[in-house]
Amino acid sequence: MSHTLNIYEPLSIEAIRAEFPILQTKVLYGGHPLVYLDNAATTQKPTVVLEALDEYYKTINANVHRGVHYLSQRATDAFEEARRKVASFINARYDYEIIFTRGTTNGINTVSSTFGRAFLRPGDEVLISAMEHHSNIVPWQMACEYYGATLKVIPMNERGELDQAAFATLIRGRVKILALTYVSNSLGTVNPIRDMIRTAHTYGVPVLIDAAQAVQHMPVDVQDLDCDFLVFSSHKIYGPTGIGVLYGKEEWLNKLPPHEGGGEMIKTVTFGKTTYNDLPFKFEAGTPDMSGAIGLKAALDYVDSIGIDRIQLAEEALMSYALDALSTVPGIRFIGEAEHRSGVISFLLAEHHPFDVGELLDKQGIAVRTGHHCCQPVMDFLDIAGTVRASFSIYNTPSDVDSLVTALQKAGRILG
Amino acid sequence: MTIKEEQDAIIEEFSLYPDWMEKYEYIIQLGKELPLIDPSFKTDDNLIRGCQSKVWLHTGLRDGRLWFTADSDALITKGLVSMVVRIMTGHTPQEIVSSEVYFIDAIGLSSHLSQTRSNGLLAMLKQIKAYALAYVVKSQAS
Repeated sequence: MSHTLNIYEPLSIEAIRAEFPILQTKVLYGGHPLVYLDNAATTQKPTVVLEALDEYYKTINANVHRGVHYLSQRATDAFEEARRKVASFINARYDYEIIFTRGTTNGINTVSSTFGRAFLRPGDEVLISAMEHHSNIVPWQMACEYYGATLKVIPMNERGELDQAAFATLIRGRVKILALTYVSNSLGTVNPIRDMIRTAHTYGVPVLIDAAQAVQHMPVDVQDLDCDFLVFSSHKIYGPTGIGVLYGKEEWLNKLPPHEGGGEMIKTVTFGKTTYNDLPFKFEAGTPDMSGAIGLKAALDYVDSIGIDRIQLAEEALMSYALDALSTVPGIRFIGEAEHRSGVISFLLAEHHPFDVGELLDKQGIAVRTGHHCCQPVMDFLDIAGTVRASFSIYNTPSDVDSLVTALQKAGRILG
Repeated sequence: MTIKEEQDAIIEEFSLYPDWMEKYEYIIQLGKELPLIDPSFKTDDNLIRGCQSKVWLHTGLRDGRLWFTADSDALITKGLVSMVVRIMTGHTPQEIVSSEVYFIDAIGLSSHLSQTRSNGLLAMLKQIKAYALAYVVKSQAS
């Protein structure tokens, strides 16, 4: 059943896998080689990222933006170089439109709370979609509750595609902001965000894009998309944990008040009045995650060294191989069958609980995610307890898929 | 059999299966022997929290002993539940309160079960002991 993908030529998939030390892991029970298919939760890290982190602490660690000394200058330069790298990676117009956050969730909370404070009034509406991660639901719910606004939801169909007719109606309401995922983490649906952003803009509604499941799989150009805000996490694109990115158009970031107060985000402080710093520092209170930013830069350099276009082609080929291979497993049922999908395949095996299937896969060395994937409303809509989710990345191979298929067949036999 | 003897029996049964997939097959098989809860008792009150899958547990006192019935929507969970029910059912509240549960560690299950599963199992044991304790307190009061 095995075949090879040579999209990466002249790089081989073996060379890519060799960059990720953790892929050599043997799973404790039975010594199975690890088959890591939980990439939508977090990706593994290549050696270049690990070395960048090591190098940072060994050679340039110092606090940024405030020291006069040699190391502080080097650390500041490296940190700001990381910002420039992120800006170029998503094609932001200005470096200062890149705010370092703790991750996607933190980025959304930064926008929901500051946007809420500046713009949400009783009777206003916030529009999200039916397939959002809890991280793109709860912060908006909290803001709506606090400012007396209403949360509206764009429905989806059974295939996991957003209802565009309903969207066209909902956007005409008193919507103040649209917050939308680019790629669904539970269903893999790729939403037509370019068109939806254009529609929202015709009604003067700014748009926040949750790109946590997009940036690692496809080229993302914020100027081309014309989104007003875009958030993602470093750890899902081969970078370190604990850091993420909030992109905001300059005009919007200037309109929003600061999120947190503290060092770095100020110009002058007296007990009477504080004046805030310029972008991006206005949104980066306290000592930032310097090593994280530098690790993220190394990860993005790594992605660029292969080319996000090539990664997209290879992953699409692997996804289609996986869909074909999985459909041979007796009793399998795919959850989410949108026309445009990326990164994840959600499924159920006969009537078996996803938790049982996941545990029996684990015992055969296969790492998948089971449960509601932080998308309880999606599961409620489909009337299921959860799914088994296999999610792919740059280092996955058709042989990983074959192992998954074999292990699923065995799990199916055991569960009866 | 005492709670201890029943646990030792389970430990011995599991030693027959060296491979972890076989142990899991056995757990699933044990699940089929679980005394099933009457559907009318499958209420939210009888639902045990702390598990990714659902577990319902019902207790009744008869002849001074506690009898358990249960169910789960996941087969592996059901197997785990059945082992706990097997060691505890038919014993006096006092015996249950003072029992020490060691078979999970002895089988090696604790290091193999996912965190959520172990939490669920612990939540269930806690619930059983809480029921038993309630009966002990009640009988002392009366």
